[in-house]
Amino acid sequence: MSTIGSSGRADAATLAAPSRGSFINDPKTRAIFWQAVLVLVIAYLFYSAIENARANLAAKGQVFGFDFLSAPGGFDINQHLISFSSEEGSTYGRAFLVGLINTLLVSAIGIVLATILGFIIGIARLSTNWIVAKVSQIYVEVLRNIPLLLQLIFWYNAVLKPLPNPRNALSFGAGIFLSNRGLTIPEPTFAPGAENIAYALVIALLFAFAFRHWAKGRQEKTGQQYPTGLVSLVSIVGLPLLAYFLSGLPLHFDVPVQKGFNFSGGLQVYPEFVALVLGLVLYTAAFIAEIVRAGIQAVSRGQIEAAHALGLRQKPTLNLVVIPQAMRVITPPLTSQFLNLTKNSSLAVAIGYPDLVQIFAGTALNQSAKAIEIMLMTMAVYLAISLVTSFVMNVYNRRMALVER
Amino acid sequence: MSAVTDPSIPVPEIPVSEARSFEGYVSAMPVEPQAPPASTTGVVGWMRMHLFSSLGNTALTIIFGAFALYMIWGLLSFAIFDATWAGADREACLAHTGREAGACWPMITERLAYFTYGSYPIPQRWRVDVVFLLGVIGLIWVLWIDAPRRDLGAFYFFVIVPVAAYCLLYGLPLLGLPIVDTDLWGGFLVTLVISSAGIVAALPLGILLALGRRSKLPVISVASTIFIEVARGVPLITVLFVAKVMLGYFLPERFDPALMVKALIAVALFSAAYMAEVVRGGLQAIPKGQQEGASSLGLGYWQSMRLIILPQALRITIPGIVNTFIGGFKDTSLILIIGMFDFLKTVEVAVEDPKWSTPVSGPTGYLFAAIVYWICCFGMSRYSRAIEMRLSVAHKR
Repeated sequence: MSTIGSSGRADAATLAAPSRGSFINDPKTRAIFWQAVLVLVIAYLFYSAIENARANLAAKGQVFGFDFLSAPGGFDINQHLISFSSEEGSTYGRAFLVGLINTLLVSAIGIVLATILGFIIGIARLSTNWIVAKVSQIYVEVLRNIPLLLQLIFWYNAVLKPLPNPRNALSFGAGIFLSNRGLTIPEPTFAPGAENIAYALVIALLFAFAFRHWAKGRQEKTGQQYPTGLVSLVSIVGLPLLAYFLSGLPLHFDVPVQKGFNFSGGLQVYPEFVALVLGLVLYTAAFIAEIVRAGIQAVSRGQIEAAHALGLRQKPTLNLVVIPQAMRVITPPLTSQFLNLTKNSSLAVAIGYPDLVQIFAGTALNQSAKAIEIMLMTMAVYLAISLVTSFVMNVYNRRMALVER
Repeated sequence: MSAVTDPSIPVPEIPVSEARSFEGYVSAMPVEPQAPPASTTGVVGWMRMHLFSSLGNTALTIIFGAFALYMIWGLLSFAIFDATWAGADREACLAHTGREAGACWPMITERLAYFTYGSYPIPQRWRVDVVFLLGVIGLIWVLWIDAPRRDLGAFYFFVIVPVAAYCLLYGLPLLGLPIVDTDLWGGFLVTLVISSAGIVAALPLGILLALGRRSKLPVISVASTIFIEVARGVPLITVLFVAKVMLGYFLPERFDPALMVKALIAVALFSAAYMAEVVRGGLQAIPKGQQEGASSLGLGYWQSMRLIILPQALRITIPGIVNTFIGGFKDTSLILIIGMFDFLKTVEVAVEDPKWSTPVSGPTGYLFAAIVYWICCFGMSRYSRAIEMRLSVAHKR
């Protein structure tokens, strides 16, 4: 085993001089031997695990298989984006989908909010204003040193549950209420013609993108500058607004009203969801803030001074010199924070939000007793999300990485 | 030059003999520098510069200051000014006329032993104390970078302490220590046991996995990589679920480990993957010349790893290892989801106890748990930062 590390170029010499030692001292033989041992050990572990599983399943009268996915579930889920009810005979497969969608929903919302908050706090930590920097620092140090689970339980049990009932709900104006039923917000309702707004938005985005591209090429050729930011903003905001008015105001908001013991109208966001998003966002934002701060600090002062020396003012320095370099440092750890947030959303099980783990690896597992199949599927989902994200990140990193010589 | 004609500034008296030696308006002596404006020095100047440098900054200062004061005041009045410090049951902690109900501390102090030991039998609790003491000694020995004989310390911490802890905590009838079932363990004890497994078992395993991933042998490298990526790609809670509901299927029927053992294995394997990536980072930072130098001295793979590469790599990864441990320490709280009585679970039990059931019992319990976790994690992160500083100083030299 002692010469494995030094294999490589030395091998040629070994082959040329057969008198050097016996066959068992040849690094190549040893490499093959040890790898064969490892393969055998792993194969044996898998074999015995599968044999045991077969015996155990047979002893319990169970069969391995994914047929149960098309069997009716017989339980209800209180929060679902696609229809699900035990009366209609919704299947386990559908419960899997509901859980997956709920996980993706909470992760997507959490990622957007955590990124915004994290960037704000990260930049605030570098503020010249002493109190702003200190408050942000304390935020980061407190939030990231307390387990997320404790924070979730705190938000759910100690903050959202003891809120007043809908009749005495806290009102934030504009039809936003917070009560022990969760967050109640105005619900947008779409009349026919509303799709025009979406089309307009897509067209505006395409136009803004194309204009940016054109303006950049133009500037590089002639040095002429265009107000790209202003044009993009006007088109992205203006075009959908125009479509809204032209197609006859198709968008309304169903504003909730306190009525009796509950609200009428509006969109009800359950307290479990609110607690989960709140906990995930506040916790992850603390980590993102640290990443952002480190990324900005990683841009050396010389870069900024050089930009100033070239005559760039504060804003172009930030946009053209600091942010592109900082983003190169920030992006990889930021992605792993996004993945962490997605994985941490599985803590929903502690407060009863029906995500993939709570519904599928919890309720469905207890009902169907298909532990192996369900755990394999659940882990496969998270693994797939991670692997796809890392793959995309690797491609992105390869494109962004500094090309040296 | 205007200083010369400015009447408000005293002109230094110049001896006549010297005054002749130069001509014109050039002063022979440097003019005393003016004191900086009062508004730029001292507390006022500092505040102007750091708090009120512009209109926007002033607004930020007021908003953040008000927010900070509000939070600090709210926390202090809940935890100290309005708090109840003594009492026998919930009556003491209810809001009385003329005062808000603050934290209900007797609910915590009454159960401090429960938070520490769980349901561990009271006459046997000294055994837990001994383990705590042994662990603290080991921790100081390993973490104190200038401690004598740190190799011995590592052996003590990674071999002697776990064995002693097993014998003491679980019991060894041979030595007259009755067996204490792991179902009775609880509180901070369980949190510490599980999170220590995250380092005592995970670090050696992680080192092996990191070496395996960098190995030139394809099978070993692929196997290590798959293990690491799978473990890092799934949430800990699914790994714990697997340990609880799925592991039993894959083991022979006669062999059914306790839930504690299953959780220990799950946490150890899970943390090993994270440790492996930290160690791999350290290995990558070691210049190639070190390995080549070791090879040219005639050292084999294991010798060069043990004597040359790993000592350097592990030294620079101490901060990363500690950070991983902090993550693991926080994550052990998840074992309450699979029904184990860790520290957080014992606090939950206390919160839900009808004897102390008041509107403030929840906030009190969670505040207490948060403070305990925070002190542990913050302390460790300070340590890791101090080591980082020290290493970077040594590096710069």
